[in-house]
Amino acid sequence: MTLDAFLGHFNYWVFAILLMIGFYAVIAKGNLIKKLVGLSIFQSAVFLMYISMSKVEGGTAPILQAGAVDPIYSNPLPQVLILTAIVVGVATLSLGLAIVVRINERYGSIEERELLDAD
Amino acid sequence: MTIVFALFLLTLLVVTALAIVRTKNLFIATMLLSIFSLLMAVNFFILDAADVALTEAAVGAGVTTVIFLSALRLTSQYERGSLASSRWIAVIVVVTTTVLLISGTINTPNLGDPNAPVHQHVAPFYLENTEALMGFPNVVTAVLSSFRGYDTLGEVFVVFIAAVGVMFILDARQGTGPEYELRVEKGLKHHLIPRAVGGLLIPFMLLFGLYVQFHGEYGPGGGFQAGAIVATAFILHAILEGERTALKAFSRNAQMALIIGGSTLYGAVGVVCMLKGGTFLDYSVLMEDPVTARQVGIIIIELGVGMAVCGALLSIFHSFAARKPVAQAK
Amino acid sequence: MDIESHLPILQVIIPLLFSPLVVLLQPRGLAWVATTAVCILSFAIAINMAILVLGGQTLEYELGGWQPPFGIALRIDAISSLLLLIVTGAATAAVLGCRESLNQQIESHRQPLFFAAWLLLLAGLVGMVVTADAFNIFVFMEISSLAGYILIAGGPDRRALLAVFKYLIMGTIGATFYLIGVGLVYMMTGTLNLDDMARLLPGVADQTTIPFAAAFITVGLALKAAMFPLHVWLPNAYTHAPHAVTVFMAACGTKVAVYVLLRFDFVVFQSADLYHGLQFSLFLMPFALLGIVVASAVAMFEGQIKRMLAFSSVAQVGYILLGASLLTQDGLTASFAHMFNHALAKSTLFLSIACLGMRFMDLRIDQLSGAAKSMPFTAAAFLIGGLSLIGVPGTAGFISKWLLIEALMEQGEQGLLMVGIVLLSSLMAVVYIWRTVEVLYFRTPVQQDTTQQGSEVVLSEAPALMVGVTLLMAALNIVFGVMPDVPLSLAEAAAEILSGARQ
Repeated sequence: MTLDAFLGHFNYWVFAILLMIGFYAVIAKGNLIKKLVGLSIFQSAVFLMYISMSKVEGGTAPILQAGAVDPIYSNPLPQVLILTAIVVGVATLSLGLAIVVRINERYGSIEERELLDAD
Repeated sequence: MTIVFALFLLTLLVVTALAIVRTKNLFIATMLLSIFSLLMAVNFFILDAADVALTEAAVGAGVTTVIFLSALRLTSQYERGSLASSRWIAVIVVVTTTVLLISGTINTPNLGDPNAPVHQHVAPFYLENTEALMGFPNVVTAVLSSFRGYDTLGEVFVVFIAAVGVMFILDARQGTGPEYELRVEKGLKHHLIPRAVGGLLIPFMLLFGLYVQFHGEYGPGGGFQAGAIVATAFILHAILEGERTALKAFSRNAQMALIIGGSTLYGAVGVVCMLKGGTFLDYSVLMEDPVTARQVGIIIIELGVGMAVCGALLSIFHSFAARKPVAQAK
Repeated sequence: MDIESHLPILQVIIPLLFSPLVVLLQPRGLAWVATTAVCILSFAIAINMAILVLGGQTLEYELGGWQPPFGIALRIDAISSLLLLIVTGAATAAVLGCRESLNQQIESHRQPLFFAAWLLLLAGLVGMVVTADAFNIFVFMEISSLAGYILIAGGPDRRALLAVFKYLIMGTIGATFYLIGVGLVYMMTGTLNLDDMARLLPGVADQTTIPFAAAFITVGLALKAAMFPLHVWLPNAYTHAPHAVTVFMAACGTKVAVYVLLRFDFVVFQSADLYHGLQFSLFLMPFALLGIVVASAVAMFEGQIKRMLAFSSVAQVGYILLGASLLTQDGLTASFAHMFNHALAKSTLFLSIACLGMRFMDLRIDQLSGAAKSMPFTAAAFLIGGLSLIGVPGTAGFISKWLLIEALMEQGEQGLLMVGIVLLSSLMAVVYIWRTVEVLYFRTPVQQDTTQQGSEVVLSEAPALMVGVTLLMAALNIVFGVMPDVPLSLAEAAAEILSGARQ
């Protein structure tokens, strides 16, 4: 594994690790809010993957600079996609938390084990 | 140097994520999540994604943390240690998938490789033609508002449905009882430091929000970031002054009006384009000169986005904040 | 403005842009009227486009005036058209046929918010079907998912909340997996337009990233489609949702996810690499067969009528996936035909349950004894829907089961084994349908005192509008069982498109 390949893929490995940390929290933790926190980490990892994809060596943010000589810009498209994905993530989280609050009011608990026994 | 910094930041991300999952105190988990989002935002910035960094900081580190804290106040701060019984299966699944994922991405192009397929074909078109077609420099805004404006319309409605959903789920007046009364809080304004800092920050945040809204075409910014920043200013005001004063300043109906107005404004622009002979969201038919027409179209829809996002985030915050916690059954 | 050329986008923006306005309609019942009107209008647009498509046209639309892949494009062909008829038809039937049920289950001050979510569910599903851009599918998938969570959370008892939380977690994981898959494909091709991907993918098909991308997309969509064993969110979600929501979602929710899966797989992946077809088939077929057998078996022992039918739905998704996994044109025709016919059967069944729900608060099967005496039309509709589900000749369900069996027989010995499984599961369907019909018709009525006044009530038939729509849907089962030309020609054209894409 050359240094070049290592550095070139480190971002994607971090993506894989973060993805699985979040996924683990979602499936293995019993507290409903912890599950939502894990979901949040899970989604953020995907953002990292897309934005890593958009980077160009020696480039700068894709805002055109007047009068620049032979400019290199990073890719704007993944950035647009992730802007949308971030908002979708926040929306899902808000709904999830509202549901958890209601569950707490109706059941008196937000631990999965207690909830499964309740009904 | 940047490489070392980037590696350090990425490692810090992993460490923070592990800490979040391990801790049993949900308040600490939320604070760490906020730090995680901020680290993510800095990472985005290093990777040249300025708009995304701004959004992640405002929405991820800012608003998400506030919503989590509001929810924690209504539920409980501590996680019971009872892990689901399938813990070891979960670990095995997770480790296997990680190994598979890492081996699967071995063949992807290196980070930053300018010859990667992603950077051919569609992206150069945007970079080369934005100046001529739209007349302003922020390519991300051009793609977001015009080239892929239909996606952004969908996004505004995602925000709308979140606000509607939280109101539907939380405002249920299913019966009478103490938990359904609006609990009015006095706010933090009797504490000196929050009051002083808030007094300085709130007007600046509002001004900055407006700047970000209307300068989205020339620098990082746009409707989403602006909406989030302005909403945060009002949330800070609500925390300082208490719910009653905050809701008098910016009532639930006003918030709803912003949401409905913003999303309808966006859709209306698209429909007007159709009526004038173009396809949906084809701003070039709005005026004589297509370049100016696109700029005008984009300014209006970005305004719609900003209004909707601001109203929705505020509405979601107040749905949680104005609710009285129920006594916990230990 | 030439309306016809704008039909593709109108299909989406009419429900989408009316939803914020519905929130404003506070007066009693007005929100329902507006929602019904919008659903009927959407259905009319879908029919209009179906007529054009049957005439041989493919409708295309460039948003913002930009050509794909630089902008987002919409495309309506036979496949989209079939799905649009199913989705808009289900939305209209559910909202029209459940007015009193909704008034019973959703408080009137919350109804404007509920109906806004209803219209957004419709807009989201329709948006997924008409678009030709992979990321656009994600955006509208999330719109429909979020709207779906809200609608289910309106359910009458607190178990709806647990059901919807589980659905939210699993649904978001599925959507995120889909997003990862699309990201990986984008990384290798540089485009988001489906046809453009299909064009560029053969050039990079030897990279190991591509099977990973396909795996993520398939698993993500399988979660949403409730393919066994990722179906676990479905039974509780369908059972505890308001009855009208179950009608709508059971008829079309999972089918749209299957549609996206098939479109992606056949158009994008299989055009690049025929070996992928084998992987797809080998992955899907066992799960489809297991789903059919296990879900039908569980349904036989289920005591609550909605949960029984929910498990039946998991089995039906199995039939649809089985047909597709054969990779033949006949298999695909059977899949598409079954999408249509199952939507008819299930919506009839759940509509009749909504009618039953007007008079019986407890929907466990043994509590419904003798209901046919006081609710003859409702019971008749249930009977017809049940026969269609089993696949009795003369009903719509028979047509698609027959096509499936024909397609399986082409596969030689293994095909005969699978035919056996299909017939076995049909027998199991006979068991669970007959069990319910027997209770409805041949048992003596149980004493009911579940009214709020606490006194006995003379049970009567459900409100006229509800019964009318339910009987109409039941009748359609028979109409399309005897005269299946229109949906069948759409299904055949759809199968042709997907098979052709594999070359």
